[in-house]
Amino acid sequence: MPADSARPRLAVWKLASCDGCQLTVLDCQDELLALAGEMDIAHFTEATSAELPGPGPFDVSLVEGSVSTPADAARIKQIRADSRTLVTIGACATAGGIQALRNFGDVAEFASTVYARPDYIAALATSTPVSSHVPVDFELPGCPIDKHELIGLLSALLAGREPRIPGHSVCEQCKLRGTACVMVARGTPCLGPVTQAGCGAICPAFGRGCYGCFGPMTAPNVGALVPWLGRLGMPDSDIRRVFATFNVAAFDRLAGGSAAAAARPEPGRRHPGSGA
Amino acid sequence: MTHKRERTLVTAGIARVEGEGSLYLRVSGDQVDEVRLDIYEPPRFFEAFLRGRSYREPPDITARICGICPVAYQTSAALAIEAACGVRIDGPIADLRRLLYCGEWIASHALHIYFLHAPDFLGYPGAIELARDQRAIVERGLKLRRAGNAIMETIGGRAVHPVNFQVGGFYSVPARADLSGLADQLRAALDEALETVTWVAGFDFPELTVEHEMLALSQPGSYPIESGSVVSSGGREFAAAEFERNVIEMQVPHSTALHARLAGSEGTYLTGPLARYTLNSRWLPPAAAAAAAAAGLGDSCRNPFRSIVVRAVEVVCAIEEAIRIIEAYRPPSRPSVEVAAQAATGHGVSEAPRGVLYHRYELDSAGSVVSARIIPPTSQNQAAIERDLRQFVQARLELTDEQLAGQCEQAIRNYDPCISCATHFLDLQVDRT
Repeated sequence: MPADSARPRLAVWKLASCDGCQLTVLDCQDELLALAGEMDIAHFTEATSAELPGPGPFDVSLVEGSVSTPADAARIKQIRADSRTLVTIGACATAGGIQALRNFGDVAEFASTVYARPDYIAALATSTPVSSHVPVDFELPGCPIDKHELIGLLSALLAGREPRIPGHSVCEQCKLRGTACVMVARGTPCLGPVTQAGCGAICPAFGRGCYGCFGPMTAPNVGALVPWLGRLGMPDSDIRRVFATFNVAAFDRLAGGSAAAAARPEPGRRHPGSGA
Repeated sequence: MTHKRERTLVTAGIARVEGEGSLYLRVSGDQVDEVRLDIYEPPRFFEAFLRGRSYREPPDITARICGICPVAYQTSAALAIEAACGVRIDGPIADLRRLLYCGEWIASHALHIYFLHAPDFLGYPGAIELARDQRAIVERGLKLRRAGNAIMETIGGRAVHPVNFQVGGFYSVPARADLSGLADQLRAALDEALETVTWVAGFDFPELTVEHEMLALSQPGSYPIESGSVVSSGGREFAAAEFERNVIEMQVPHSTALHARLAGSEGTYLTGPLARYTLNSRWLPPAAAAAAAAAGLGDSCRNPFRSIVVRAVEVVCAIEEAIRIIEAYRPPSRPSVEVAAQAATGHGVSEAPRGVLYHRYELDSAGSVVSARIIPPTSQNQAAIERDLRQFVQARLELTDEQLAGQCEQAIRNYDPCISCATHFLDLQVDRT
C-alpha cells in the first residue's frame, strides 16, 4: 500500500473510552471509503493492522477517550508532538467522559480499598479531557459524536478551511427539525436550552427530554433553566444528577462545583483534583 | 523443527479488536510456559459510580461501557431493574426490544465479519485495504451494517448509545407505517446476509477443536437474544438470579478484566456465538437453519476460526427475526409500563453479540442503586482464550516469531474480544477495614 506523500495522513487514537466514537468514524461507511481515497489512514488500530512507514508526523489525529492513566498522560504528549492538527472526538476526550465521575468521588477509596488487589491497577486519580494535557485544535462533542459533524469536520480540514462546530443549543435543532418543544407542549424536563447542538435533537423527537450528552453550549444559562426543571416536577437530586453524567466535568466547571455534588458517593467528600 | 531454546513474544496493540490489549507468550524448548492476554484498557470504575444513582439511570450509563453493544447493556440493565421491581415486560414492548437487539447483532456481527475478521482469511491488514481490491464485497458488509444501524436508528434514535430505551419500555414507539421502509431494507439485506454465509463458508479454516464447556441463554422455541435462562453443554441450567452462584470471578495480575470459571469445574468455559449455536442451533429460523446446513456447520461448532460462519448465520437469523417482528407488530397502547422502585435486588441476562452479559442491581426503597455488578462476555472468555492460544501455539512452535504473532492475533480475533467491555469489571466490593 504505497503512501502518496501528497495526501494527508490521518491517525485515529483511543484513550479511556467505549470505542463508540471510533465506531462512528467507521460508520462514515461510504464516506470513509471515499475519504480513504483522499487521505492515507496511517494509524487506526481498530480498523486495520497496517501501519504506514514511520510513526508520524500525522496531518490530522482524531483522539477518542479521556486521560486516566499515567501511560495515557505520556502518550497524548507524543500524539500531540506527532500531529499537525489534533481533534478530540466525543465526551470522554473533550470533557473527561462519564468516567470523570471519579474526580468527584473519593479516589483513594477507589484506588486503595475498592479493589481486591489495587496494586494490579494503574490509574490516575482523575479522568481529564485531552485539552487539560496538550493544546487541542478542534473539539467535537457528543456521547457519541454525530457522524455528520465528523464528516463536516474532516471535509473542512481536507479543503483547508476552518471547521464549523456549532456553539448554539439543541433548541435550534428542534426548531429546524420541526419538533414541538417537549417542555412547553408536554411538560417534559429538557436540557436542550443549555446543551450544545450537533446530535440532530434526537431525544425530543422521541418524546424524551435532552439529557445533555453533547455537553454545555457556548455560554449556557444553566441558572435560568434549573428552576424550570424543578417547576416541571424534577426533584433537586435528579437535576444535580442529570448534569453530573456524561459531561460531568464540563457542567461542573460551569456550576462552580455544584453539578457534581450528587455524584459523590458520600456527601462532603471531594477529591482535590478537578477534571476540568 | 527449528526453534530457539527460550522465546518470549509480545504483540503490543492487537489490531482490529474493540479496546486495547496485547499478548505475551513464553516458550522454553518445546513447551509453552505461559500465555497471557494482557488487557491494558484503562479501568473506568462503572460499578463504583453507579452507586447512588437512580434506578432509571443504569441503561443509559452502562450503555457507555461499550459503543459496539450498547443495546446489550441497556437490555441486561433494564431486565435486572425490572426484576428487582417485580415487573415483567411482555407483548409488543418486549418484541420491540428484541427488534432493537436484532439491529445490534446485525451491525456488530457485520462489523466483525467484514472489518475485523475476514481480512485475516484473505491476507489483508484491514477492510480499507480489502476494499481497494474487492470493493463490492466490502460494500456488501457496509450495506448489512447499515441495515442493523437502521433498526437501531428507527427504534432507538441512533446507532451508538440509543436514546429511546428506558426501564419499563421506550419513550415512544413507532406506528406500523413507520416500519414499512425498514422492512423493505431488511428484505434486501437478507439476500446480502445469505451471500455472506456462502462467502465466509468458503474460507480456509485452521484445524482447532476446543473442549470448553459451552454457556449460553436458552429460550425454547426461539434463538436466544434478549432474554432466557442460562444453560451449558455440561448440563447446567439456571436463572439469572443464580448467575453468581454458578460463575466465579477471579482477579489476575496482568489484566484489568477479571477471569471467570464455572462453580464446581476446574475447566474453562466459553460464551458467545459458538456456545449459542452449539446449544441452540435447533431454534434457528428457517433461512438461517438452511444457510447453516449449506455452510456445513452441523448441530454444533467447536472451531473458533469458524465462528465467522456462525456470526454470518446469526446475521441471517437476526434479519429474519426482525422482519417477522415488524410484520406481526401492533403498537402497544403505551410506550412503557410503570416501574415503581422497591428495596430489592434484581438480576438480568441477555446475549450480547459476544456472549452472555449479566447485570445485578441492589436498590433501596427510594430507588437508589446500592450496589451493582456487571459480568461481560469477554472477561468470562479470557481464560478460555488463553487456554486455546496455548494449544494453538504449542502446535505451531516451528513458526517464526513474526508468523506466530500474526496467527495468534488472528486466533484472538476469532473471539471478537471486546476489551472495552471486559476491562471495567474488577470486583468493586468495598472492603473497609
